[in-house]
Amino acid sequence: MSARQPLPNWVTIVLMPALNVLLAFIIGGLAVAMIGENPLDAMWALFYGAFGTGMGWGFTLHYATNFIFTGLAVAVAYHAGMFNIGGEGQAYVAGLGAIVVALWLDQTHWTLVLLGSTAAAMVMGALWAIIPGWLQAKRGSHVVITTIMFNFIASAFMGYMLVQVITAPGANAETRTIAEPGRLPLMSDWFDAFQYSPLNITFFFGILALIFTYVLIWRTKLGYKIRTLGANPEAARYAGISAVAVIIIAMAISGALAGLMAVNEAVGVQKRLVVGYVAGVGFVGIAVAFMGRSHPVGIALAALLFGALYQGGQELAFELPAVPSELVLIIQALVILFTGAMGEMFHPVLERIFAKKIEAAPEEATTSTGEA
Amino acid sequence: MVENQTSSAQQPAKAAGSAHAIDLKKVSKAFGPVQANKDIDLTVKRNSIHGIVGENGAGKSTLMSILYGFYTADSGEIWVNGQLVKIKDSSHALELGIGMVHQHFMLVENFTVLENIILGAEGEFLLDSSKAKARDELTRLAKDYGLDVDPDALIEDLSVGQEQRVEILKALYRGADVLILDEPTGVLTPTEADQLFRILEQLRDEGKTIILITHKLREIMAVTDTVSVMRQGEMVGTIATADTSPEQLAEMMVGRRVLLRVDKTPAKPGDVVLEVKNLSVTDEIGVPRVKDVSFNVKAGEIVGIAGVAGNGQSQLLRAISGMEAPLLGDVRINGELVRFEGDDSAAKVREMGLAHVPEDRLKMGLVTQFQEWENSLLGYHDSEKYGSGPFLSVKDAIADAEKRIEMFDIRPRNPRLKTANFSGGNQQKVVLAREMDRELDVLVVGQPTRGVDIGAIEFIHKQIIELRDQGKAVLLVSVELDEIRALSDRVLVMFDGEIVTELAPDATERDFGLSMAGVDPKEGA
Repeated sequence: MSARQPLPNWVTIVLMPALNVLLAFIIGGLAVAMIGENPLDAMWALFYGAFGTGMGWGFTLHYATNFIFTGLAVAVAYHAGMFNIGGEGQAYVAGLGAIVVALWLDQTHWTLVLLGSTAAAMVMGALWAIIPGWLQAKRGSHVVITTIMFNFIASAFMGYMLVQVITAPGANAETRTIAEPGRLPLMSDWFDAFQYSPLNITFFFGILALIFTYVLIWRTKLGYKIRTLGANPEAARYAGISAVAVIIIAMAISGALAGLMAVNEAVGVQKRLVVGYVAGVGFVGIAVAFMGRSHPVGIALAALLFGALYQGGQELAFELPAVPSELVLIIQALVILFTGAMGEMFHPVLERIFAKKIEAAPEEATTSTGEA
Repeated sequence: MVENQTSSAQQPAKAAGSAHAIDLKKVSKAFGPVQANKDIDLTVKRNSIHGIVGENGAGKSTLMSILYGFYTADSGEIWVNGQLVKIKDSSHALELGIGMVHQHFMLVENFTVLENIILGAEGEFLLDSSKAKARDELTRLAKDYGLDVDPDALIEDLSVGQEQRVEILKALYRGADVLILDEPTGVLTPTEADQLFRILEQLRDEGKTIILITHKLREIMAVTDTVSVMRQGEMVGTIATADTSPEQLAEMMVGRRVLLRVDKTPAKPGDVVLEVKNLSVTDEIGVPRVKDVSFNVKAGEIVGIAGVAGNGQSQLLRAISGMEAPLLGDVRINGELVRFEGDDSAAKVREMGLAHVPEDRLKMGLVTQFQEWENSLLGYHDSEKYGSGPFLSVKDAIADAEKRIEMFDIRPRNPRLKTANFSGGNQQKVVLAREMDRELDVLVVGQPTRGVDIGAIEFIHKQIIELRDQGKAVLLVSVELDEIRALSDRVLVMFDGEIVTELAPDATERDFGLSMAGVDPKEGA
């Protein structure tokens, strides 16, 4: 008998995160007020920066695409009962595969670059995630620890590669730039509204990845095994589901999704690989996955929010120079704090409001009177 | 402190001329939309053993939790010794002289009996002086109530029956006048249960009041003076035990007539289907739990494995069903050797024709946060029946689940509902339906009716016997001796990982008692 009452779905999925975000903005607003700026002006600058112009939208959606990839990566592993903190490293190593193939094919056609670098990024990301997965499945080394370690290893390894092995002549710790024929088309090539924004064709891959994850988790037998293992490992064992196989496969899919970020950011926008190109997007993916409750729809919305915070934050720093860029980080941190770590804060309050309504509706009551 | 409370409490009691230890008046408690207790009236006479029976979910445990201060009632009055009280928490309940012996013992394994008894009631800063005082008190209690336990023995060296005595002593040491026992015989051999009943009778004769919560009607008849029956959160009635019968109590519990006896014809055993040979299994920390066990189950018979919980039955089930590789020995199904390779042997064993109803449906048999239809394909998820290739056809799976809901009368009739919202009996039916509604040669079933209401027990037993009559082999593992005896055609008794003996289901109570304690009655005689 749990004291916690189930809430209507829309409350948990929409209302609760919305309240959390609102609270984060209110407290962030207080911080703005403390340095003597008008919080409403600041919030408007942030909002307008993210959604006010076609360019703003383009940047917001571009960042959101990155967050969709790293957020889905965390979600898939999470459904299998694992906490993959290694999206950062997986995306970084995937950049190596993506750029090498892109540079190899860049004199042919951008379609080949897109397909080749996508495949290479997914393979490299998957490989980087399979090792911790294998260690967890076969040796019981906790995936949280090993993926964190693998982020450091990735960082050192990629630093070495970029400085010593695939460095462009005369450059410092970066590869050469992708040649013109191999550059991925930008959305602004087709839609004028997105002018001057980095939004590119990989955005559609983000949409596909969301659909793919939904189908994988809820409409395939593999997804069923993943969810069973994540929810109840004993039941999985009882059902004859191989934990070793599912853990390794789920980690491979997770790493491949994280790796897709390399196509969007390195190949699509920066057109070369630079040291530390992931820049924390892998970690933000954790917050995105949690805020989105590991569901593709939630992740799409959370990725959009974080994309808007990234883009709007930069515009805010530009519009109101008195507001230091650190303040934008504070607002982002508050959103992560209230949606992630303290995500259940409003649960008791909402429970009091909505539990009464459930009681008032007799039909609802009979369906849940199973265990008295 | 404790004495003050009781003496002042007794004054008004005597003034009112009441001999009632506990009086509950119109006590109600709801958990959200679920009314766990509704206007409960209960009177417990001092110096009596008062039984409370009811099916799972009838609200007995909630009611006792209110009395013990674990929950607060939404409305109603609680009178203890004729005085109206508001019980704040369990330490307040103890001050009022109400003590609880939990179903799962709350003892520190590597402490001595004495240390466990003073735990939480150490009293003074220095342990030694309170230990000395406790030792005197303990000796007195042991003498008064016939509760013999060595105060310096470590808990881990005690038998389950002795551990229970320590729990009772703990409550008495804290000054309990009213003792609540929650399903106390679940872990005891029949002999140990009888010893417990003698202790309870002695406690009553020495002036204590006992409240016994149980679902075993035999125990109610054997030891209580008065019995109260609860159903669906309401008090159905209270009667003197001498004036009632198990049949009447069962009818009151369920609200309709129930068959307590299982009707079945003699078995017609065929070929050996399941063969277990020299099987040894260790648990997760390497302790041997099953030791060189051999037996077989033939088509068309039910072989029961009796024994007190924790004597290796769980590990035996895990090995036979492919969940755990045995240390040594073989399992054969239809003569084919089970190969324990990888961590998905359970799937291979299923393909060989074995269906497994696990002993713990919540831990193994179900994913409670899944919807009902998702649990209806657990273990058979790779079947083409539920979608071709890598895809899962939700439509086909739901249609299949709906068919089983109809066949096994699972309620509520909604495969889209979360499995956690089903009652224990209906959850068990979900598992049973899944395992029985398929091609199978042998059914391995553990604790088929644990936490299941009487109405569902009747149904489940009927299904198992029907399966046997269709010529399937059934291996039944249960700690409920009555169930084993009612269903089995042959009974194997397990003790400390070994099979002590084989008995006929109609062997004497004494033979079962002896063998469940590890003594082969044939050799003993």
